[in-house]
Amino acid sequence: MAENENLLELKNIVYSFHTYGGDVKAVRDVSFNVRKGEILGIVGESGCGKSVTAQCILRLNPEPPGFFSGGEILYKGQDILKMSKKEIRKIRGGEIGFVFQDPMTSLNPTMRVGAQIEEVFVGREGYSKAEVKKKALEIMKLVGINDTEKRYRQYPHELSGGMKQRIMIAIALVSRPSLIICDEPTTSLDVTIEAQILDLLMELREKLGTSIIMITHDLGVIARLCDRVVVMYGGKIVERGTVQELFYETAHPYTQGLMDSIAKLDTEKGTKLKPIEGTPPDLFSPPVGCPFAARCDYCMDICNEELPQSYRISKEHRTSCWLQHELAPQTEFKRELYKEGDVK
Amino acid sequence: MAKYVVKRVIAALLSLLCLITIVFFLVRLMPGDPFTSVKLTKEVAANMKSYYGFDKPLLLQYATYLGNLFQGNFGYSMKYTNKTVNYIIGQTFPFSADLGIRALVLAISFGLVLGIIAARNRGKKLDFICVLIAIIGTSIPDFIMGAVLQYFFGIKWGLLPVAKYLGFEYTILPATALAFYTLTSVSRVMRASMLEVVQQDYIKTARSKGLTDFRITWKHQIRNAITPVMTIMGPTVAAVLTGTFVIESIFAIPGMGKYYVESINNNDYAMILGMTVFYGMFLVTCNLIVDILYGVADPRVRIGKR
Repeated sequence: MAENENLLELKNIVYSFHTYGGDVKAVRDVSFNVRKGEILGIVGESGCGKSVTAQCILRLNPEPPGFFSGGEILYKGQDILKMSKKEIRKIRGGEIGFVFQDPMTSLNPTMRVGAQIEEVFVGREGYSKAEVKKKALEIMKLVGINDTEKRYRQYPHELSGGMKQRIMIAIALVSRPSLIICDEPTTSLDVTIEAQILDLLMELREKLGTSIIMITHDLGVIARLCDRVVVMYGGKIVERGTVQELFYETAHPYTQGLMDSIAKLDTEKGTKLKPIEGTPPDLFSPPVGCPFAARCDYCMDICNEELPQSYRISKEHRTSCWLQHELAPQTEFKRELYKEGDVK
Repeated sequence: MAKYVVKRVIAALLSLLCLITIVFFLVRLMPGDPFTSVKLTKEVAANMKSYYGFDKPLLLQYATYLGNLFQGNFGYSMKYTNKTVNYIIGQTFPFSADLGIRALVLAISFGLVLGIIAARNRGKKLDFICVLIAIIGTSIPDFIMGAVLQYFFGIKWGLLPVAKYLGFEYTILPATALAFYTLTSVSRVMRASMLEVVQQDYIKTARSKGLTDFRITWKHQIRNAITPVMTIMGPTVAAVLTGTFVIESIFAIPGMGKYYVESINNNDYAMILGMTVFYGMFLVTCNLIVDILYGVADPRVRIGKR
């Protein structure tokens, strides 16, 4: 891993929320990197901390109650957590764009969409009104909106869901950022529109070389779009690797569980899907051991007592599971390690 | 939009007609008539009745009244000799309207500002102060507020005139007393609405664009938060207008309020009807304006192509 390819690097991020019931430890020691021009997937079930992780990159979580209690977020080598409000504002929209989950509610209903796209340039110097409008129309065309002059003057409620999400992507892209973070951008859209939006994202990556962080709970989206994947569970990363490695050389029981719970075309009629039994851990007081231990079919004594180390299976593939330990019993998950022992 | 406005206007006219009809027949149900007075002999009273047309069939009277009304004629007062209702309204309404408008402007502007300040400083001292003002305003009726203001500003500190309506300094106390309740209800609605809007996804979108907090509040939050405030504007205008009756009598302002109350005591049919219809028209117009403004603030409410 050459350091200089990294566009964004999260190092040991710990992020929690103050509540009346105590602190919710939403993100616990998460590290990953995003390279130039790459699409990184973050996958996990609801409440696993993936959205919080994504939003803390731009510090979009409400603070308070949210707060960092450790870690670094390096963007092009600079730590976002040490930046002033003004510097962060420059990064938001300008350097990193954000596409939210629900296009129906993520656009301001009382503002024309053109103005909402142009707004990204407010407070950024060196653009005339005409230039900004030209950029807005250009980006609308790029994200596949026809009749841009007319759409430019419309309000969000006059557009369809897919169209709104295109506008959201246009907002994220209009200042040509080097990274866009998509937080479940297709969850609230129907499948045909979802396919269009995913194609659009891939096309834009080709054209503009934008890196993308794709947050989803849909492994289908991951398989279709991403280069590398991070699997999160209970506020921690449990497995990471290239898409190939993750799907074909799965090394964590949770990742396997996710894949087993998808309906496949060749599943025989009448067979039931295999869900992951149980519920995610309580993040008020997360378990001392592996967060997945309580729901894991392969749980050993050590799993409840101590956090597993990160085992390196290949250049990219890493997993945090005791089953990789040399003394662990032979299971379908046990892999040959890339280097001896712990590379963390 | 034009079709929408036309529809609204027709509905407004219909509700006015209902108002006129109901009030017209209701006043006849009151005991006595305009000429029930010990001082009048039976012959004189009968004479007066036939002069004003009260001896004719009721429906005919109703039709005549409507006909006159269409020409903008409210008829003669039966108490104030030789004065038309139009004349009395013309003489007194400017005072009531002046007071009402001042109070409304005060209430809306300060109410919105207070609500915005409270919402932006949620849970802090400023919020607490704003909420406290809101509670005080809601729990104290305007006539008490008027008397308290008169006592402190007028008598104890001698800063402002206690009564009458002769210039700007005379307007301050009655307008404040009248505005206070409305001000606090506007501020409460605005605060709640602002806090709701700030939770919306599009505020997060705005933050993700790198906008300043000021611009987010100004451009995204307030515009969306203001619609619930506009919804309460119709009843609010009504509250301020009826409030003027009481405030006028406390501050000795020569407005419509006094005549309205007296006309009912006097069974002055033409005055009761005239003033009710006049107020009705005023309120219906206010509601109409609010409805139209609603569409201006929120494009989703606009109906049809513009």
